[in-house]
Amino acid sequence: MNLNATLFAQLLVFFILAWFTMKFVWPPIMKALDDRAKKITDGLAAADKAKTDLALAEKKVVEELRKARESAGEFRTSAEKQGGVIIDEARVEAARIITQAREAAEKEAGAAAQRAKETLRDHVAQLAVAGASQILRREINPQVHAELLANLKRELS
Amino acid sequence: MATGHEAAAQHAPTASEYIVHHLTHLNTSGHAQNVIVDWGLFNLDTLFWSILLGVLGMFLFARVASKATSGVPGRLQAAVEIIIEMVNTQAKGIVHNAESRKFVAPLALTAFVWIFLMNAMDLVPLDLLPLAWQTATGNEHAYMRVVPTADLNGTLSLSIGVLIISLYYNLKIKGIGGWTHELLTAPFGSHPLLMPANLALNLIEYVAKTVSHGMRLFGNLYAGELIFMLIALMGASLSASFTGVSLFAGHLIAGTAWAIFHILIIVLQAFIFMMLTLVYIGQAHESH
Repeated sequence: MNLNATLFAQLLVFFILAWFTMKFVWPPIMKALDDRAKKITDGLAAADKAKTDLALAEKKVVEELRKARESAGEFRTSAEKQGGVIIDEARVEAARIITQAREAAEKEAGAAAQRAKETLRDHVAQLAVAGASQILRREINPQVHAELLANLKRELS
Repeated sequence: MATGHEAAAQHAPTASEYIVHHLTHLNTSGHAQNVIVDWGLFNLDTLFWSILLGVLGMFLFARVASKATSGVPGRLQAAVEIIIEMVNTQAKGIVHNAESRKFVAPLALTAFVWIFLMNAMDLVPLDLLPLAWQTATGNEHAYMRVVPTADLNGTLSLSIGVLIISLYYNLKIKGIGGWTHELLTAPFGSHPLLMPANLALNLIEYVAKTVSHGMRLFGNLYAGELIFMLIALMGASLSASFTGVSLFAGHLIAGTAWAIFHILIIVLQAFIFMMLTLVYIGQAHESH
């Protein structure tokens, strides 16, 4: 428990070591610690942001899928509707064509029958004239008896 | 170089001689210091071991600091960071001045690391380094103490260093006028008749703080070392008798127990010294 000049030497050593620590040990370590703290903060913030972004993206994906499904449904409905319209139109058109064709055919048939009737009437008139002339034994002038013949034709029709 | 007890030359040392020899410093006088205070002497062993440990410790820290990365730290860097972070946290809680902390926190770190290393010399087998020194010098009575904090010079120099720094911050923060005013008026009041009492109490407080600061560390380590010596004396009594064998077994058990307990002491005392350093310097920043 003796005191001697060691005390002063130790005092000096203590201050030199403290100065050395202040100069060369403390600042670099503190800087490293602060930088790391900043890095970790930034990393956590980035992770949070990524999480938010992911959630947003997922929400968007769901929304887009829903939209796509909706519009596909719309497409199908309108296509079905349009298809129905086209079929209906075609049906109407077909019916119209059929009716037209039938009418034309009937008209044609009517005309043909009329023509045949007229021809037949002519023949019959001639036959009748020929028969009558034979019966009367005298020639009937067609120009003179045209009215008579026309009347006869009318009666036959 | 120093010589030991001349009387011990011819026979194995007695218990008392063994302990006295172990508690004597190797100094520049060539013999044991025989007066309480002698400002003409240096304790060579204290100087050697404390400077060696201080330089080693600070070199290690500086090496880690120069390679410090803000990325993933290695184990050594992580260990250094834990210590520095601990000191920094304490400094922030006690010294409320960021500018002062630039010096005070590294000072506290130095005190903690240096004192821990010096205290840790207590765990080196008691006779190993003295014996090596005696073998090296060829003088079987050469003195060598390896625990610088078990030397009052070593611990009082640290506490006086802390005192000087706290006086410096008193002056810096409060100014010569403010500090003088505080010394004269705190704690009893500003009545002129109370000024001598205030001043006396403040001076006593500074002396008491400094002496107790240094003495606490010294006392713990000195006592610890002494107990290691007493334990070593048990082992030295090994003989063929039942008592001899029992004492040897006692050495093993007590030595182990005390060394394990001492791991706590050396860290705790270094920590207490560091905390009081911060507290005393922190007080210099606060007005009464």
